[in-house]
Amino acid sequence: MSESLSALCYLIAAVCFIMALRGLSSPETARLGNIYGIAGMIIAVVTTLVTPHVVSFWLIIVGVLIGGAIGTYIALRIQMTALPQLVAAFHSLVGLAAVCVAAAAFTFPEAYGIGVRGSIHRGSLVEMAIGMAIGAITFTGSIVAFGKLQGLLSGRPLIFTAQQMVNAGLGVLLVLLIILFVWTEAAVAFWLTLLVSLALGFLLIVPIGGADMPVVISMLNSYSGWAACGIGFTLSNSLLIITGALVGSSGAILSYIMCKGMNRSILNVILGGFGTEGGAIAATDKGDRSVKSGSAEDAAFILKNAGSVIIVPGYGMAVAQAQHALREEADLLKKDGVKVRYAIHPVAGRMPGHMNVLLAEANVPYDEVFELDEINRDFASTDVAFVIGANDVTNPAAKTDPTSPIYGMPILEVERAKTVLFVKRSMASGYAGVDNELFYRDNTMMLFGDAKKMCEEIVKALE
Amino acid sequence: MADPVSLAERASQAAGEADTLARSLDALAHQLVQQAPPAVTAGTPFVFELTVFVLAVFVGYHVVWRVTPALHSPLMSVTNAISSVIIVGALIAAGPLGISFAKIMGFVAVTLAAVNIFGGFIVTQRMLEMFRRKR
Repeated sequence: MSESLSALCYLIAAVCFIMALRGLSSPETARLGNIYGIAGMIIAVVTTLVTPHVVSFWLIIVGVLIGGAIGTYIALRIQMTALPQLVAAFHSLVGLAAVCVAAAAFTFPEAYGIGVRGSIHRGSLVEMAIGMAIGAITFTGSIVAFGKLQGLLSGRPLIFTAQQMVNAGLGVLLVLLIILFVWTEAAVAFWLTLLVSLALGFLLIVPIGGADMPVVISMLNSYSGWAACGIGFTLSNSLLIITGALVGSSGAILSYIMCKGMNRSILNVILGGFGTEGGAIAATDKGDRSVKSGSAEDAAFILKNAGSVIIVPGYGMAVAQAQHALREEADLLKKDGVKVRYAIHPVAGRMPGHMNVLLAEANVPYDEVFELDEINRDFASTDVAFVIGANDVTNPAAKTDPTSPIYGMPILEVERAKTVLFVKRSMASGYAGVDNELFYRDNTMMLFGDAKKMCEEIVKALE
Repeated sequence: MADPVSLAERASQAAGEADTLARSLDALAHQLVQQAPPAVTAGTPFVFELTVFVLAVFVGYHVVWRVTPALHSPLMSVTNAISSVIIVGALIAAGPLGISFAKIMGFVAVTLAAVNIFGGFIVTQRMLEMFRRKR
């Protein structure tokens, strides 16, 4: 296959990848988009396999078989609640693969046409070092994120003294090492760059708290793209550059959306430490105000007599695996002629769009599910807001109390509904550690208990 | 009348002169080509790659903003799968005959990327199946 022909095939693959993202603009076209993505990948792999560089296939076949089997097994078995940690784990693999390719290019540059060992083109060295560094940061960073999401590591931010100084120092050291590597092309400099990058990835994510994980995952998504991009520059491969840029900008946009959903700057998230002093704030604000609590029967009565209901699910609902019971409840209400809709906050789940997937898995029709901007004004004309497993995203303090840590965060304005029902385990505050004054209002009824049990009891009462 | 031998000599002389003339013309042409400004090229390979990169970032920016927020999770898993196109670099490392450090690195990278490609596309498909219109 001539070089122009393979470049042309790579171009087709790149267009397929763009189409894959393009398809996601609506659920109707998304499946076709995914097919485009798969086709693009097959074209890219086959094109590479028929180039004259590749003459020995057995190791490649073994690798694809092992990797493919593992990937297929995991993807088919994974629970949708565990999706964020799966994605984090996958990001780490992209990072590590980038490191491996950079190492291969460094020790055997002839295969990639970037010079010979000992005198690799200077430009390629720069690109190689940067690609490897981003890959290594993605690798260890994603492992930490995975550990936190999976509960292997504490979700609480780990802060030690002079942490930011250490990180800044490592950053400077990394730049110096890359310069040294480009200058001398010494193997020692290469491996030291790798080591420092690995350490930096680890230290960058460790101080970030569990509540910020949606941002972290999106950020690592972006990094994995830039790593692929760096390798693409090293190998002068347009397909890798284009794909890396697509993925990189996608992750960056998602990070931005998540940050906006929490009203935090990306810098603030990266510096970490959110939620550390939360407990103290909640404790000072408690007082002896009373709340009105009700039973499942009371809730069923209120819901049945409502004309319209908006359900606000939060991550607590997913943890309790209440989505199926919740959908049954909604079905019964719809049968009674109640208008039921769902309102989703951008950071309702553990990753962007997570809650939508969880509801879709429970067979909730996607046209009943609305984003914050689409539905917020409708709360005023709604009879009942049914908040289940969510707290901070409904807290009016975000609009009224400038001293609150969540001040400025966009919220779902459930307080405008005629009645607010809160399903909660206890009065404990949410992730941000802020008390929610809605609990004490006259038109609020607290339904204490496990989200799943509560929904099942409401279903029984409705029947 | 000149004898045929001197005629042949003169002919070969003339041929030699023609040859040197042609050579100098050729050299002149080469010089001209070298001195003429490179008309329409995209500059060095790096600048070309940078062009591709910047344009791709713009394409990505516009395409991703059009993705409906409900499908942000599938977006993440599918970008994850396609970023494993890094397998292209891994295949080249794993391709040569014989065993070397680079080849082992290539093998590891092929395996890792394959986990991601299969896992990423399958889990995306699983999610998208859930977003079929109900009833």
